[in-house]
Amino acid sequence: VLPLDPLPLAASASNLLAAREQMAFTLGFHIVLSCIGVALPATILLANYLGLKRGDSDAMELARRWSKAMAVTFAVGAVTGTVLSFEFGLLWPEFTGRFGSVFGIAFAIEGIFFFLEAIFLAIYIYGWKRLSGWAHFWSGVPMAITGIGGAFSVVAANAWMNQPQGFTLNAAGKVVDTDPLQVLFNPATGYEVPHMILAAYMVTGFLVASIYAVGMLKGRRDRLHRLGLLIPLTIACIATPIQLFVGDTAAREVADHQPAKFAGMECIQETGTHQTEYVGGICTEDGVKWAIPIPNLDSFLVGFSADTEVVGLEDIPVDERPPANTLLHLAFDAMVGIGTALLLLGMWLGWVWWKRRDIPQTPWFLRAVAVSGAGAILALWCGWIVTEVGRQPWIVQGYMRTEEAVTQADGIWFSFAFMLVLYAALGTIAVKVLRGMSRRWREGAAEPDGTPYAPPEEAAP
Amino acid sequence: MSKADAAAAILWVGATFYALFGGADFGGGFWDLIAGDAERGGRPRALIQRSLTPVWEANHVWLIFILVVLWTAFPPAFSAIFTTLYVPIALAAVGIVLRGAGFAFRKSIEGLAARRAAGATFALSSVLTPFFMGAVVGAIASGNVPAAGNGDAFSSWLEPLPLLTGAMFVATGAYLSAVFLVGDARRAGEADLERYFGRRALAAAAVAGVAAALGLVELHAEARYVFDRLVDQGLPLVIASALCGLALLTLLLRGSMGRNVAPGATYRPTGRGLMRPLAAGAVVSVIWGWGVAQFPYLLPTSLRIDQAAAPDPTLTIVFVVFAVAAVLVLPSLALLYSLSQRDLLEAEH
Repeated sequence: VLPLDPLPLAASASNLLAAREQMAFTLGFHIVLSCIGVALPATILLANYLGLKRGDSDAMELARRWSKAMAVTFAVGAVTGTVLSFEFGLLWPEFTGRFGSVFGIAFAIEGIFFFLEAIFLAIYIYGWKRLSGWAHFWSGVPMAITGIGGAFSVVAANAWMNQPQGFTLNAAGKVVDTDPLQVLFNPATGYEVPHMILAAYMVTGFLVASIYAVGMLKGRRDRLHRLGLLIPLTIACIATPIQLFVGDTAAREVADHQPAKFAGMECIQETGTHQTEYVGGICTEDGVKWAIPIPNLDSFLVGFSADTEVVGLEDIPVDERPPANTLLHLAFDAMVGIGTALLLLGMWLGWVWWKRRDIPQTPWFLRAVAVSGAGAILALWCGWIVTEVGRQPWIVQGYMRTEEAVTQADGIWFSFAFMLVLYAALGTIAVKVLRGMSRRWREGAAEPDGTPYAPPEEAAP
Repeated sequence: MSKADAAAAILWVGATFYALFGGADFGGGFWDLIAGDAERGGRPRALIQRSLTPVWEANHVWLIFILVVLWTAFPPAFSAIFTTLYVPIALAAVGIVLRGAGFAFRKSIEGLAARRAAGATFALSSVLTPFFMGAVVGAIASGNVPAAGNGDAFSSWLEPLPLLTGAMFVATGAYLSAVFLVGDARRAGEADLERYFGRRALAAAAVAGVAAALGLVELHAEARYVFDRLVDQGLPLVIASALCGLALLTLLLRGSMGRNVAPGATYRPTGRGLMRPLAAGAVVSVIWGWGVAQFPYLLPTSLRIDQAAAPDPTLTIVFVVFAVAAVLVLPSLALLYSLSQRDLLEAEH
């Protein structure tokens, strides 16, 4: 008998890549819907509040339409989220079997939030006709609160994977004691949770605004469209500067606590002070190629002084270095770059609004808003690539390697391929359904309860 | 009762709610599937759609609750189950996606063909999903999941007992759903649909009863430990389930005898208010009978509850979460059901 059976090891290595790809893909798909689930309720409630308080029928109509769209996104989000909970066992059974009693604490709490969210979302979405105005409004408030609570719980579990604490292992590596508060409030929770909640508001705000920007570029410049652009865009533009501050703090925390991840995302090879910040480029062992170097800036960003020492990959054991450095680095730069561009967009809106109480009149502003939604989603994905790929080869930083966590089951590549096809169909149909709803609303503008500000072109067939 | 036993009881509470409400939602899909062409099936489908729309997502959360409590309170059991039964579990997961998406898209997608495709996806996956879930439960009860996990991917569930359990899950959901829909049809004043679902409840009850009886025989052959305890410690629950089932059958039979009422006349068999509690009672007794029968094992007979249990502070969190759920979630669910039953939630878009 061989001491190491080569066959299971080979199967495991192949499974590892397939399982990571499937997890990345299914999480990437779901995360967009969960952002909408976290932030769209508050956006809807703001429109609903304006509608009730000021008797603004356009705002009311927007709240009604968005809540109908949310019925679709929530359903797809609920089932794709369920897939993720199955994947804890289908893809990462050793991780869950060993540490489920630790990170599960956060998910148990999330269960309550998800429950309440599903219940009040149903009451709100289906309560438009029969519940009185303010009773209906208040029935929706729990959705906004539980969305934030749910995001806290799930992201706290991910934060724990980055900075695990609050558990005791015995000699065999089994968890024999836990400290729930230490698990929930691990050091990474403090920056990961606000970073994600703000990201949810940015993604949702820019995404909804971008839909109305496209409509306005097509000439639909009625009040409904302007309001549909302004309400979500305002929320997103308020979240953006806070996000840049939180993200900046997060990067410093990563530099302190996960130096391998930081070195990977900044392409730092040698430990030392006066580190150069590289913008863009390709990471190689001999340094960064084709990047824009800014001397001393990296050290300065980490410790507010060029004398700050930053750890390079040379000091990280070879088998603990994150893979795909160039991907990590470019994902990080793309996230920061898009965030900065969105900040400028917000400043543009803020300046013109302050001067003229109106949105900028140039089509370039609408074009910028029209791409902001896709940009925000791209930044969201990049952020998750940085946090997840950057933690590799660990699934629980310092305690469990991802290759130890993966399933031995057969057919993971098949399962990944199947999920690609299934989700491609799901995403395509969901977009088609939402576009169909939007078109019906436009065509139905002449209905008795339609908008009183219907533009002339909508009256035409 | 130890802390670990209490956590297992919480798991069973979750399973009970999921079986009752989630099970009925799957059953709705079953009736949708066999409702016939667009003309004949139109009205039953519309009733199913109205009943399910506001509640299915909330009912679905019980599944998440079960998964999370299982992996948090009993992580080794979770990984043993998922590394052995990954085939039916993955198929159930795909079914969940197709069911939810099909249902959500059916009412908002454009074009009759697309609606039909979405509806068929919803209906078909409503049958396959509980079947595979039942196969998982049957495989666990059969003792086919080794404590160390990585049991045989196919022979662990491709056996008579798991497959029968799958069939029983489908039939039970259909039965619950039909009983619930009888009440919904009555509220909507659609007497013919009331009879329609009354007859179907009867048929489903008969099938579920036969599956349960065959299941007992198979249990005797394949899972002796569980069988012995079921007919000993679990006997009161088995009897309770049988009594509830028989009482409901009587009510349903009386109802279907009253079919020869004049068209348009009101259809009023007595004891209708008892139908839902009796249907629920029959199902709840089976679930707790199963729990009692496998006690003290989570995976009979390789992993005991106390062996699989998480450390105490984690179990405490599970209790706290359960207490909060009892205080916040159950009343909210009650509010949702009551609004829905009083027709204050509009399903139409």
